[in-house]
Amino acid sequence: MAQIGYSKKVMEHFMNPRNVGVIENPDGYGKVGNPVCGDLMEIFIKVKDDKIEDIKFRTFGCGSAIAVSSMVTEMAKGRTLEEAMRITRKDVADELEGLPPQKMHCSNLGADALHEAIKDYWVKTGKIKPEQTKGEAGRGKKL
Amino acid sequence: MTIMCGIYLDYHSACPLDPRVREFAEKYLRREFGNPSALHSVGLAAKAAVEEARAKVAELVHAEDPSNIIFTASASEASNLALRGAALRNAGRGKHLLASAIEHISVLNPMKDLKKGGFELSLIPVDSAGIVDLVALESQLSQETILTSVMYANSEIGTVEPIAEISELVHKKGLYLHVDATAAAGRISVDVQRDGIDLLTVSSNDIYGPQGAGALYVNPDLKIQPVLFGGGQERGLRAGTENLFAIAGFGEAARLASLEMDEESRRLRAIRDGLIREILKIEEVYLTGHPAKRLPHHASFRFSRIEGESILLTLDAFYNIQVSTGSACSSRTLEPSHVLLAIGLEHVEAHGSMVMTLGKHNNPDQIPLIVNAVTKTVQRLRELSPL
Repeated sequence: MAQIGYSKKVMEHFMNPRNVGVIENPDGYGKVGNPVCGDLMEIFIKVKDDKIEDIKFRTFGCGSAIAVSSMVTEMAKGRTLEEAMRITRKDVADELEGLPPQKMHCSNLGADALHEAIKDYWVKTGKIKPEQTKGEAGRGKKL
Repeated sequence: MTIMCGIYLDYHSACPLDPRVREFAEKYLRREFGNPSALHSVGLAAKAAVEEARAKVAELVHAEDPSNIIFTASASEASNLALRGAALRNAGRGKHLLASAIEHISVLNPMKDLKKGGFELSLIPVDSAGIVDLVALESQLSQETILTSVMYANSEIGTVEPIAEISELVHKKGLYLHVDATAAAGRISVDVQRDGIDLLTVSSNDIYGPQGAGALYVNPDLKIQPVLFGGGQERGLRAGTENLFAIAGFGEAARLASLEMDEESRRLRAIRDGLIREILKIEEVYLTGHPAKRLPHHASFRFSRIEGESILLTLDAFYNIQVSTGSACSSRTLEPSHVLLAIGLEHVEAHGSMVMTLGKHNNPDQIPLIVNAVTKTVQRLRELSPL
């Protein structure tokens, strides 16, 4: 059956988003989207022992953009960076019990913002060079 | 944040059926079920019901003769009949069509389809308040222009167009005007004779009638052809057995609107003015549409740094308040509203739109509840926003 509106899980995260806010002096920072397109998402991470110790987000966008941001931060929190890097847009959508077809791009933004933040950390710590932030890593594959 | 107040502010999407209309028309769902085309007494009773409704709708829009009202199944169908019917019937006279840039998609899309079939389409720009540029309109009119379409009032920004002036420009050149009055009829005075309208679209549900009925007024001087072919109902212009309940209900709703419109619009205008006054006190919020020349029950805004679908969902989920938005994120195409772009808003500005349309179940006591809910919603979403 075609999905009508948002799932209960999406509405639950929209109404009660987790990990909202800003981390001062984050270890990694990712920002994706464009307010012109109606979505802008930023993710801050704090890393300890190669794990995401803390994560926060701020989002300008529709209901699914906000729910996706909340969900992706919840999925990433406490995971190792390598594990978090493997979280895909599909994982996020599945955890949210699906998104309407025209809203699937929102789940891309969530995973992308997370990966950008991780790559930012890796660049800062010298694990990768800035030019390596494109390509494979951007598709959520293991480096 | 959980104040359940239950306030419906989306009367342009759907109106509840007026209980008096339901009571009046219910018999057509029960014992008076006839086919108006049948010659026996059951059929004749049904025919009489349709003709009574026709006279009532004619009165609402001041049509000189009820036989110039054609019933359809929706306002969209009425506009399709007006545009396709006039363009195809008069294609020998010219190939040019003219429409304002802020027409409803039920006008723009048939126009675009006609364009694919070889017609030329020009869109007339509007100013930042949504008023049609009369100079541009006049300069686009030529003897090739078989039809010009300008809406009476816009449902997204509430702006009321200078229809009488537009009609004068169109008629000065001996041309014809279609007006979509879906948002305006029953809210402000619409008079096809006074305003000089050749084709007029009206909706049943927008005036608290049943869904499933619309009407087109047709000036008898303008020949149009049908879109639906079949049994020759509605003077051959709209085939298909009449939806008796919806049409009879539409008629009764039109009668009640004719009687009650002035008082009800005055009542809603006062509530609406209160809402606009209070909501504009929130930081970085702007009224969209014309501040004075607007529908009496219509309030529309844009908020910077937040997105309209989130506003709609938050008001619904936390406060049980239903509004509408022109944000891209709430549309099927993910394109921002063409109306908001036509009044000159940037994409990012158009994303933050919120539309409130008031109706029978609203009262002044709701103003502080609505204002409080909107204020908190905006605050909450701005806290979430990186902008």
